[in-house]
Amino acid sequence: MPEQPQIERPHADRIQSERPMIEIRNVTRSYGAFKALDDATLTIREGEFFSLLGPSGCGKTTLLRMIAGFDNPTSGSIAVGGQPMEGIPPNRRPTNMVFQSYAIFPHLNVEQNVAYGLKRLKLQGGEEKRRVEEALAQVSLTGLGKRLATELSGGQRQRVALARALVMRPKVLLLDEPLSALDKKLREQMQVELRRLQQAVGITFVLVTHDQYEALAMSDRIAVMFGGRIAQVASPKEIYQRPVDRQVADFLGGMNFVKAEIVEENGASLVVDTLGFGRIKTDKPKAFVRNGGGATLGIRPERLRVLWDNATAKFEVAGKVVERHYFGEITHLIVEIPGLEKPLSVTETNDFGADDIPVGTSIRLAYDPEALVAMAD
Amino acid sequence: MTVAAEGSPPLRMTRARRNALLQSEPVQGFALISPTFLYALILLVLPILVVIAHSFWTQHYLTIDRTFTLENYRIALTEPIYRDLLWRSLYISLTVSLFTVLLAYPIAYFISFHGGRHKSLWLFLITIPFWTSYLLRVMSWKVILGYNGVLNSGLMGLGIIDEPSTALLYNSSAVIITLTHAWAAFAILPIFVSLEKVDRTLVEAATDLGDGPLRSFLRVTLPLSAPGVISAALIVMIPTVGDYVTPKLVGGKDGVMIANAIQAQFGKAANWPLGAALSVTTMLIVSLIAGATVLIIRTLQRMAR
Repeated sequence: MPEQPQIERPHADRIQSERPMIEIRNVTRSYGAFKALDDATLTIREGEFFSLLGPSGCGKTTLLRMIAGFDNPTSGSIAVGGQPMEGIPPNRRPTNMVFQSYAIFPHLNVEQNVAYGLKRLKLQGGEEKRRVEEALAQVSLTGLGKRLATELSGGQRQRVALARALVMRPKVLLLDEPLSALDKKLREQMQVELRRLQQAVGITFVLVTHDQYEALAMSDRIAVMFGGRIAQVASPKEIYQRPVDRQVADFLGGMNFVKAEIVEENGASLVVDTLGFGRIKTDKPKAFVRNGGGATLGIRPERLRVLWDNATAKFEVAGKVVERHYFGEITHLIVEIPGLEKPLSVTETNDFGADDIPVGTSIRLAYDPEALVAMAD
Repeated sequence: MTVAAEGSPPLRMTRARRNALLQSEPVQGFALISPTFLYALILLVLPILVVIAHSFWTQHYLTIDRTFTLENYRIALTEPIYRDLLWRSLYISLTVSLFTVLLAYPIAYFISFHGGRHKSLWLFLITIPFWTSYLLRVMSWKVILGYNGVLNSGLMGLGIIDEPSTALLYNSSAVIITLTHAWAAFAILPIFVSLEKVDRTLVEAATDLGDGPLRSFLRVTLPLSAPGVISAALIVMIPTVGDYVTPKLVGGKDGVMIANAIQAQFGKAANWPLGAALSVTTMLIVSLIAGATVLIIRTLQRMAR
């Protein structure tokens, strides 16, 4: 694997088609009374890196397998590239899959594994060989073609699985938790590589993962799923900053929840009163359903900054440090705020000495009212 | 006292050494296998050695001449009757292995891939015929294939034939049919085990890459279950070469196999050395075929890479 010094920013703007590649309409998959997937509707665009994110059992793998054709919807429809997929077996779909276990054929070497799907196409004049080599180069496995699957490391097996799917030039590449078997360092390296590869080949990628950081780092858009339902579909930034409900907020990293009273509600905004933060005007989330006179606000721990010495901020809240947890480059402070039923969790980088703040110190925290987002319960 | 005092240090050392020896892994290993090892030695190796020894001796009516001779092997290898019997035995056993594997594979495949929750029930059902004796199972084929047997009466009842066919029983086909049935379970089980080990995701991966059910079977499932097929073929082939009961009961004149000749030499003909030489020859040929099969498969596998 050649080291590349500069990594393009994962969310750098790029030309992306608005044309739909995968259209999932009201898809339900039931096993008896249990609904693995419940009325899911979703459009995945052409050339997009799309992630299905959720805890185990949320239906994300079921949905992926239905796109591949290994499972069929109980009701609803799936179309790929404008073509309805009903009744089309997996071997005749324009999709290819990278399996969680990689599923490398143990009786074949790397080259034969990659060429597996091409054999049937009976390509002329060394075309097959050329495409295999191109695919191996894409995943940096050039020269390992004669190795047996049993002689490969976990990371290499993963690359073979990728090359084997990419060589088919599918319209959609489906990835079922492809990085979960790798150790942390390799996983992070592969995240960058997968993203780079997707940008290079321009194929629509659909990734299934339970790792929120993986989804945030690689995707153009994410669908967060819980219990067979799609809770939110949005860009990583929006999902992280403006989660639609507490469940989504909680799943994507830490979130401080603050109870609020609704003072005023109109078209796009809400005015609320909170005990700790006073009166706040905030955007109303699309799916906001008024729950009596109350609402929940959320603020990410890193959006609260410690105010040093006599520094002041337009919006600040005072409290007392009750716990401190050191994490190397950052420190987590647990700060009790008078009036709030739960103490706030604050993440502060250690460059100014947050790791030296003694427990019991009274501190002030600066915040941006924009960072306080209203969400459904 | 002084003698004891002087003597004690080396004594303690030997004891320590003995303990070390007893605790060493190879010694413990031998100790563990010794009951089975002795059992195999007494009941397998010693009889074979007795047979091999006999094969180099000569029978003189009631006594045995223990001077070394290769005469028995000359007879075993050159006499047309023994050569024919040996060829026929090999032909029958290879045909039986082929048919057994061909019939066993679909059954094993069905249980492994479509057995669902009832896999163990299916396997249990397959072993049921083995609750009766081997002899009874062979006899039941006599009932089926015989002159007034089930098959003949059935065919006559359907008007397909006018009089009972004698072509069914007392020939090598009858031996092949009976042996194929008798050894079915021994082929089903190793094939089933190797099919169970085939990762189902591999079949899915083949399908995902464009293979239909038949192609993915030929390109993934079959090659990966090959070890089971080979062991099934060997498990059936090796013992059937030397089968004695089946040809005796259903083989008639045309179904006689080498084991019947060997039995005759040890029995009525009372020529133990010749019987021994025939046994050793058969044993060597079977070992060579088995060895060659394994070698060929290994070479093919290496070439396939």
